[in-house]
Amino acid sequence: MAKVFFTENIQRHVACPETEAAGRTVREVLEGAFAANPQARGYVLDDQAALRRHMTIFIDGRTIRDRAGLSDAVNETSSIYVFQALSGG
Amino acid sequence: MSDTLHVATRKGLFTVQRKREGWNIAKVDFLGDNVTLTLTDRRDGRHYAALDHGHFGVKVHRSTATGWEEIAAPAYPPKPEGLEENDMWGRPLNWSTARIWALAAGGAGEPGVLWCGTLPGGLFRSTDHGASWEMVRSLWDHPKRKQWMGGGADLPGIHSICVDPRNARTVAIAVSTGGIWHTEDAGASWTQRGEGMRAEHVPPELTHDPIAQDVHCLAQCPAAPERMWVQHHNGVFVSSDAGRTFREITDVPPSVFGFPVVVHPRDPDTAWFVPEIKDEKRIPCEGKLVVTRTRDGGKSFEVSRKGLPQSHAYDVVYRHALTIDDSGDRLAFGSTTGGVWVSEDQGDSWACVTHTLPPVYSVRFA
Repeated sequence: MAKVFFTENIQRHVACPETEAAGRTVREVLEGAFAANPQARGYVLDDQAALRRHMTIFIDGRTIRDRAGLSDAVNETSSIYVFQALSGG
Repeated sequence: MSDTLHVATRKGLFTVQRKREGWNIAKVDFLGDNVTLTLTDRRDGRHYAALDHGHFGVKVHRSTATGWEEIAAPAYPPKPEGLEENDMWGRPLNWSTARIWALAAGGAGEPGVLWCGTLPGGLFRSTDHGASWEMVRSLWDHPKRKQWMGGGADLPGIHSICVDPRNARTVAIAVSTGGIWHTEDAGASWTQRGEGMRAEHVPPELTHDPIAQDVHCLAQCPAAPERMWVQHHNGVFVSSDAGRTFREITDVPPSVFGFPVVVHPRDPDTAWFVPEIKDEKRIPCEGKLVVTRTRDGGKSFEVSRKGLPQSHAYDVVYRHALTIDDSGDRLAFGSTTGGVWVSEDQGDSWACVTHTLPPVYSVRFA
């Protein structure tokens, strides 16, 4: 299963401990993580389930390309980092 | 008579209380976070706070016996597959709450009903004290909604919600920009109101079009709901028929520009404004912070200066940052430069509570 790590800054609002979830895309993995932590979902995804504008996600060191569909591929050993983009100020 | 104020700022929610020695900051919540608006529901005493976490989105918190709890934030429905809708800048319009810009309690006979106005133009209604929200689709799907434009922000937004105290199914909202919209069936259907307003920022053929009006703030007199006051982008307007028609008031010293307006809860002819140099500058005239008051329905205005800075003051008072309590005697306002002032004599004089807060977005008696 892929490992998911969340930015420390989110922890002040909602606890998002490191977790593991299965899936072939970043969408599937994240939805797996949010199933156990539904409050966190709205902090990362917007009303259309796209990645929030000033958030970014790295899969094994690469930023994802599909910010709306979250279709970027993930493998069993991937590390997924959910971070803030510096563009948000 | 309220002894408590909620001051929502860029960096927290400050509770100001009146004690024997005067008004002082008694408590800070959400320190460091952007609190954009509050609502105190007089029907049950609950408080609501809208937060904008930037990266993490817009959230709503509700008071509990011991503090605050996060509740649902209004969420837009899924955008239909293939629907192309752009904002006024030609960018795809994201169906997602960008800001909570209005919070209002429903009528006395409908406990738990709340209304919420947002950017980019969605109106939401809750029937369970904010535990869940439903978008008012009749307004969002109204074909004219797509003519709304950005005004106070890049995206259009609903900033004023007036629930008629005689019948809570009658609600008026105001949009920047998009004019005034009215429902008499609790939001099932909507009609545009606001004949008589005049916009200077559009071509001549649109000047008097009600949808082109940049209403900055709409206030309804609780005791005489037919009376509505508008602080508009280029003027002050008053209605005596619940917003169907407005009359422009041009002789308002020192300026007809500003953001907020409040009306006395029992005297529809008495209203207060905070004027500024008009839109190209948006600062107090001559660096002097003043509040204007009419007591005769706009025939004449008094300029209140007592207790307010009269030299090099560059305080801007946003549309939700001027308020009046239920008694009609106490007013308060806060500014972009962190000042908060309170009046206990209907604005004859003002006392400074603080001038060191973060930028103030909203001031409400709690």
